[in-house]
Amino acid sequence: MRQTCNSDGGVGSTENVQARGITLLSIFVDTPTAEPNPETKLLADFKTDTHLSKVYLAGREYLNKEGQTSVSPLIGKIMQQICTDPTLCPEYPSSFGLPEFTRRATELVLGRDCHAIVENRVLGVQTVGCTGAVRLGAELLKHWYNVSGVWCGPVYLSSPCDDSLAGIFEAAGIQDVRRYRYWDTEQRGVGVQKMMEDLEMAPEQSVIVLSASAHCPTGSDLSQKHWRLLTQLMVRCRFFPFFLLPAQGLCHGDFQQDAWPVRLCASLGMELLCAQSFSHSFGLYGERVGHLLCVLKQSSTLLAVQSQAEKQVRALWSRPSVRGARVVATVLSNPAHHVEWQEGVKSMVERGILVRERLREKLRLLGCPGSWDHLIQQGGLYCCTGLNVQQVEFLEKRRHIYLHPNGCLNPQFCLAAPPGSLQRQHTPKLAVWLCLSTHRIICVSCLRSPLPSL
Amino acid sequence: MSLFGEVPQATPVAVFKLSNDFKEDPNPMKVNLGVGAYRTDEGQPWVLPVVKKVEKLIVADNRLNHEYLPILGLPEFRSSASKIALGEDSPAIQENRVGAVQCLGGTGALKMGAEFLRRWYNGNNNMKTPVYVSAPTWENHNSVFANAGFKDVRPYKYWDTEKRGLDLAGFLGDLETAPKHSIFVLHACAHNPTGTDPTHVEWMQVAEVMKRRKLFVFFDSAYQGFASGCLDKDAWAVRYFVTQGFEMFCAQSFSKNFGLYNERVGNLTIVACDADNVRRVLSQMEQIVRVTWSNPPSQGARLVAITLNTAELFAEWKDNVKTMADRVLLMRASLQAKLQALGTPGTWDHITQQIGMFSFTGLNPKQVEYMIKKRSIYLMASGRINMCGLTTKNIDYVAKSIHETVVNVQ
Repeated sequence: MRQTCNSDGGVGSTENVQARGITLLSIFVDTPTAEPNPETKLLADFKTDTHLSKVYLAGREYLNKEGQTSVSPLIGKIMQQICTDPTLCPEYPSSFGLPEFTRRATELVLGRDCHAIVENRVLGVQTVGCTGAVRLGAELLKHWYNVSGVWCGPVYLSSPCDDSLAGIFEAAGIQDVRRYRYWDTEQRGVGVQKMMEDLEMAPEQSVIVLSASAHCPTGSDLSQKHWRLLTQLMVRCRFFPFFLLPAQGLCHGDFQQDAWPVRLCASLGMELLCAQSFSHSFGLYGERVGHLLCVLKQSSTLLAVQSQAEKQVRALWSRPSVRGARVVATVLSNPAHHVEWQEGVKSMVERGILVRERLREKLRLLGCPGSWDHLIQQGGLYCCTGLNVQQVEFLEKRRHIYLHPNGCLNPQFCLAAPPGSLQRQHTPKLAVWLCLSTHRIICVSCLRSPLPSL
Repeated sequence: MSLFGEVPQATPVAVFKLSNDFKEDPNPMKVNLGVGAYRTDEGQPWVLPVVKKVEKLIVADNRLNHEYLPILGLPEFRSSASKIALGEDSPAIQENRVGAVQCLGGTGALKMGAEFLRRWYNGNNNMKTPVYVSAPTWENHNSVFANAGFKDVRPYKYWDTEKRGLDLAGFLGDLETAPKHSIFVLHACAHNPTGTDPTHVEWMQVAEVMKRRKLFVFFDSAYQGFASGCLDKDAWAVRYFVTQGFEMFCAQSFSKNFGLYNERVGNLTIVACDADNVRRVLSQMEQIVRVTWSNPPSQGARLVAITLNTAELFAEWKDNVKTMADRVLLMRASLQAKLQALGTPGTWDHITQQIGMFSFTGLNPKQVEYMIKKRSIYLMASGRINMCGLTTKNIDYVAKSIHETVVNVQ
């Protein structure tokens, strides 16, 4: 049966339509075309770009040496096992997902001996990726945060942040979404002072969305010293922390360190939410393996919150899909697998650091102005070059190199760039250096001169 | 002081509670007639043979990766899933006015449709558009639409308790008096929980009123193939509405007919009057998906797409589906025959007249309680039983229990 994908595009046959008495005025006639989100637009522009040496550096995934996403042999083997396991039945999982998965995901973040776990005041829910976890957390907050008052915000997001975050909270009915300053362009790092200033002004009981490690999209994180200061502020102002942990282990190569801010808050007896993803650390992007962690102050509230979370899940997607979570649970429950997996994650981190170091070195050799140390100070999937909007646009339009509009890129994609010719151009006001070495690294530098009009 | 300190306990989801109580019951004769999933004659869940086959193909295929699917899902899944609902030679497909969104099961498809309608249908962000769900219906219909923001979710007359059949007059009456542009959630086949579907003539009458009163058609199709054993027969209503020129949504689930309960394979099929409308609707659907689950899971969709798009596998699947449907029909016939043989008071023809997984037995709440407490036979308070819970081994016990209950408890 030949199937063709015909769900978008093309013009219908009006005569046939009329002959069947179909109204020509659609009930959807007033539905506007949605604004494409920045990432989709960037990728679409890249795809239609016909330039031979075009490079896309804004990808969301970790890439292997061949420049592709892959799963480790361990994961591949476990998938095979699962596929042929006769004891596994295709039943509906609970709305909370696989118990073994939520247990291990919780322990991974908080540590097995965390008081909150021992005192039974932790709720774990398997979700459809990190997005699903944030959405479920947002729904929980909207419906149940501070029942005696009518709460609908504010929620504070870092500036910049993942560009779907604001929309997720809005979709859950929380309209009051604000920003705190985070990335400091001059310092090329986290502007802690400005961040604290903004949060000092936030109303009590605000929800603060914080990146535990490997901040998206800048890759810049707070130091432990600054985390301590921030948590003091949060306790004092009665803020509610909502952590994002999309790549635990992939920032420092150390699972404890990457989750440290969450553990700190838990140890201080704070209530918190934490949205986790296992996409990057397992290479299981398509399987959508996420987890929402909720730490409560009292175990007496657990059952009630759990029952309400179940209700929310029922109305969102009913139950999560099982396959990816099963793989993760299998690895995390088996000590030997766990160790092997952690080693794999560590080598991914080492590769990432190597790429960043090469990039910085190359820029230094080219005599690129400014300091590029921030490239290696940042961690995780992304790095923020510090290039401004015009410079990023120049790279896209003139050099066919695609970065995220805020100057952030995924260094892994540098290594994956297809080979191209050497191009080095000087212009009086602006020099953009492109160097495709035998190691296939792309280096970019811009002089601090006024840009020509594009 | 916890900020969640005053969160009240939610009422437990009835069917989950029933399953839990069943699990904890030590009676060796216990029977679970509440579960909403297929069971073999051994009382076990069934991995369809074609599914096992395709899973192995997927695992062995090196070209398949684990990357994010596109936001709207796997293209070959979306188009083949829509073809299953609408028919391969559907005029809507040929006229290029069908779109689809891969979703997390039937629930996800309903959710996406509901979110879209709340934002863009009948004005902008109009939460007051009435949403009608059948009385009774799958209880999650209410939650999904309410959580999507609709303030006015109402029942439409459907089940006639005395007649033990469709209340057509009531149904048509509610269609006539519903405010224009109201949304109606229709069960494409194998109505849950009553197992009672309109006949073709009755569907035609429903369609006539809906077209005249400009009501929105939102089909929920969770049992295609499972009801009669034939995919096309089970899709008759959906396809009829298309020929009548309706624009509509159809939420499809592949949980039951593929036995893929835990991979959450669903599809929201969108039929509009032309391709441009489809395009705009899909662009908005993308935005909605982005803030819900970002990208759907790949495994189940891949499996279904490979099956639907490969001739031999498609044939094998249809055969597997027929196996399940046939077993259900056999259990219906057996139960009805046994009750008649026992001389159980009342008529029991509705058991064989109803279709799909479920049967509304007509047992009242007291009788249901008796069945659970005294006979360890678990069914929903509404009297709904899942025919798949019956096996050749337990059917005698169940029949005798129903008999005893009806005789002793009024």
